[in-house]
Amino acid sequence: MTILEVRDLNKRFGGLQAVGDVSFSVQQGSIKALIGPNGAGKTTLFNLLSGMLPPDSGTIRFINDDVQRLQPYQVAALGMSRTFQHIRLFPHMTALENIMIGRHMHSKAGFIAGMLSLPWTRKEEKTVRERSLDIMAFLGIADFADTEATSLAYGQQRILELGRALACEPKLLLLDEPAAGLNMRETAEMAKLISRIRDTGITVLLVEHDMSLVMNISDEIVVLSYGQKIADDKPLAIQKNPEVIKVYLGEEE
Amino acid sequence: MAGALSRPGLLYHMNIELLSQYLVAGLTYGTIYAIVAIGFNIIYNATGIINFAQGEFVMLGGMIAVSLHHIMPLPAAILAAVLMAMIIGALIEIIFIRWLVSPSVLRMIIITIGISIFIREAALHIWGESVRALPYFTGTEVTVISIGDVHISPQVLWVTGTSAVMVALLTFFFSYTLLGKQMRACAANRDAARLCGISTANMVTLSFVLSAGIGALAGCVVSPITYVQYDSGTGLAIKGFTVAILGGLGNSTAAIAAGLVLGILESFSVWVLPTAFKDVVSISILLLILFVRPSGIFGSVEASRLKEF
Amino acid sequence: MVRSRYIPVALFAFSIIAVQLLTALTDRAQFLTQLTMTGYYSLVIIGLCMLIGYAGQISLGHAGFFAIGGYASAFLTTYNLAPHKEKPVISIFAKTGLLLNVQDLYGGDTLVFNPWLACIAAVAVTVLIAYVIGGPVLKLKGHYLAMATLGFGTIVYKVVLGTSFFGAADGLSDIPGFRLLPGLEVSGKTSIRIQNYYISWGMVLLGMLLLTNLINSRVGRALRSIHSAEDAANAMGINTGRYKLNIFVLSAVFAALGGVFLTHYNGGIGPSEASIMKSVRYVAIVAIGGMANLWGALSMGIILNFLSLRGYFGSYDDAVFGVILILIMLFAPEGLLRREVFRGAKKWLSGRGKAEGQKA
Repeated sequence: MTILEVRDLNKRFGGLQAVGDVSFSVQQGSIKALIGPNGAGKTTLFNLLSGMLPPDSGTIRFINDDVQRLQPYQVAALGMSRTFQHIRLFPHMTALENIMIGRHMHSKAGFIAGMLSLPWTRKEEKTVRERSLDIMAFLGIADFADTEATSLAYGQQRILELGRALACEPKLLLLDEPAAGLNMRETAEMAKLISRIRDTGITVLLVEHDMSLVMNISDEIVVLSYGQKIADDKPLAIQKNPEVIKVYLGEEE
Repeated sequence: MAGALSRPGLLYHMNIELLSQYLVAGLTYGTIYAIVAIGFNIIYNATGIINFAQGEFVMLGGMIAVSLHHIMPLPAAILAAVLMAMIIGALIEIIFIRWLVSPSVLRMIIITIGISIFIREAALHIWGESVRALPYFTGTEVTVISIGDVHISPQVLWVTGTSAVMVALLTFFFSYTLLGKQMRACAANRDAARLCGISTANMVTLSFVLSAGIGALAGCVVSPITYVQYDSGTGLAIKGFTVAILGGLGNSTAAIAAGLVLGILESFSVWVLPTAFKDVVSISILLLILFVRPSGIFGSVEASRLKEF
Repeated sequence: MVRSRYIPVALFAFSIIAVQLLTALTDRAQFLTQLTMTGYYSLVIIGLCMLIGYAGQISLGHAGFFAIGGYASAFLTTYNLAPHKEKPVISIFAKTGLLLNVQDLYGGDTLVFNPWLACIAAVAVTVLIAYVIGGPVLKLKGHYLAMATLGFGTIVYKVVLGTSFFGAADGLSDIPGFRLLPGLEVSGKTSIRIQNYYISWGMVLLGMLLLTNLINSRVGRALRSIHSAEDAANAMGINTGRYKLNIFVLSAVFAALGGVFLTHYNGGIGPSEASIMKSVRYVAIVAIGGMANLWGALSMGIILNFLSLRGYFGSYDDAVFGVILILIMLFAPEGLLRREVFRGAKKWLSGRGKAEGQKA
């Protein structure tokens, strides 16, 4: 089943066509990677998908809805969550609290209930807390629950941000350079983690520069260059694609 | 005076003389608002800061000149007042602003508000609550120059003339002098300017000095008509800001037109609303612009989004 | 089940009682007047602290909401509807007790709003205005937001100053007391001074309780996330615009309630309550108290407002707050009573305790 269908997506910034007539689709339960040289428009595309930028034209169909004109919080409510290229955790909040924010959509206590601290809200808070701790345990970072989020090591912060996105219980997870800044061991662990996530039924769309991770775990790969899609295929075919090789001339495969 | 709505007959008796009086008043005030706005823009262009204390420079110019006039002739008093205001402007920058390291916008706003309050209260303690004014530069308050049915005080010509000269000098300064060009470079791209050897810190101080100077001179030249008081500055700051936004923040040419527009709108509002609500008109215009088009009438929407807020 | 968050609340309740007893013991009962007024101003401050510190939105016009609450209630409880008492709506209202028969200064009969109804109406008007203004205003950022709120406060000030309905420069006076319950009345009468002290601080206590709960709830967490990284909060499914608006309205309601009650306590209200200086004062107190520190803002507010009301600052009253604002923003922009300072102190204390335990 196609969980995401992008059709003729366009975004221009002044004189720069950041995303030009891009179309592709993502199958449910798969891992799809979005690659391309710097400036190819990958993060812009992510921002379009998650609702942070409005496209100039084109459609984004997520499950049964057209989401291109929705606000980010509405897109998130439909089941799409994301991480950011430059980590955007909530400073001055603990790691656990960051994960608990991910549970926001799955809890209900509002202003009045919060101010009165009604019994059902206390129970709900307990549930949210426990579920968040479970997620941290799944990711292996449960020990850092009460540490201030931005004081964690870089690799742990990346995993924490991933955990926050997972807490949203997404159907589609957008990961923006999850392995950026990670060493080889950490990258391999991240790759394993993403596969485990896919195995729980969550579809993953990721932007990544690390080719070993991409080639290892992706089911399909989309290649962008200067805002245009130049290839959309399985990993082995991408490696042999002459267009792709030309664009990456001089880089490791 | 409850406004024309309560006296419908007046609507039909608007004649050239009345019309021209409103117009002239609008132009006079509008010119001052434009000068305050230009002061905002100079500092904003050099630093990205909105200097809430801008209106206080106008107030200080008038008040200091009035005090000095007791001991020296008028031209000397005005010159000295302007120089003192410029020194105060420089001191403000050096004491409060220069040594801050990448302050947040919120922090800067609050600091300049605090400075504005400080100046206000100092003025209150030095000069008390009384209103003051310089004497009319030429003639007295009853002298008029008549052009047909239109009667204007010569002081109005002084206001518009002085302002026009200031704008001309500023334009010349920014376009043709090395220092002016350095300031523009600093405003366009601070890091690049620094790499070219321009002392950006001094450019910032200079921007405060210039803004203070033009504000003070405007305060001197308009005080015979409007009087100054220790708290004249705040209202001017809000209106000057409105004009700056109206023309597009940073755009001083548009600020002139925007100032005249606001001055005239405000002036004619007295025709339909009680005078006590004159300020409400200009603030409502401010809110309207902020809600509908914060980049101003002449500003570019994209450029205003790019400035960090 | 004692939750740690309620310990300060309990201490606070204890201090309220202790202070009152202290004034009785030391024969300083006249302090109660300024203390009661300080309480109502504190309502404004804790609401504003939520807005600035937790939701990260500045407001330089909050005195406007205080004034809206105060003036609305003052107006409704003094505007004589007796000339209209034949009209059906008016007479129904009068019969059901919604309107009250009050003797005016000259012994005549006047028909005015019941203070309860006036209070509800004042809050309703505030909520309406806050929603209408807040929507567009909160979409602004930085300078624009500050100027817009400053403009709003100034409009309120100019309107009450320039309208004879609202007493123009003299404001409204001879406001009747507010009978909350039989035997419990908000008014300046010296005979019920102690009662009024407890009404005032009871409201502050209740406010602190509600806000402490809110901060530690799902909503409080969402607000903090909006403050620290609004885009990311939005991406996590939080409707940031609606949250900001709701907290804006909540803080406006706190301010308005402070205005309503203080007006009945003082028996009057004047345009200076809506002035920019008042708004700046509230912001200065929140800033010095620690921005996101509810108890810090409250304690600083109590100290500074009380001293100001007692006249300790003399003619430098406004200047003091201006200088405080500058100094705090220059040297301690996160506020003096930062949480980090407290955590550091706690750590140091527990570290010393451990060392001593080891020695023994």
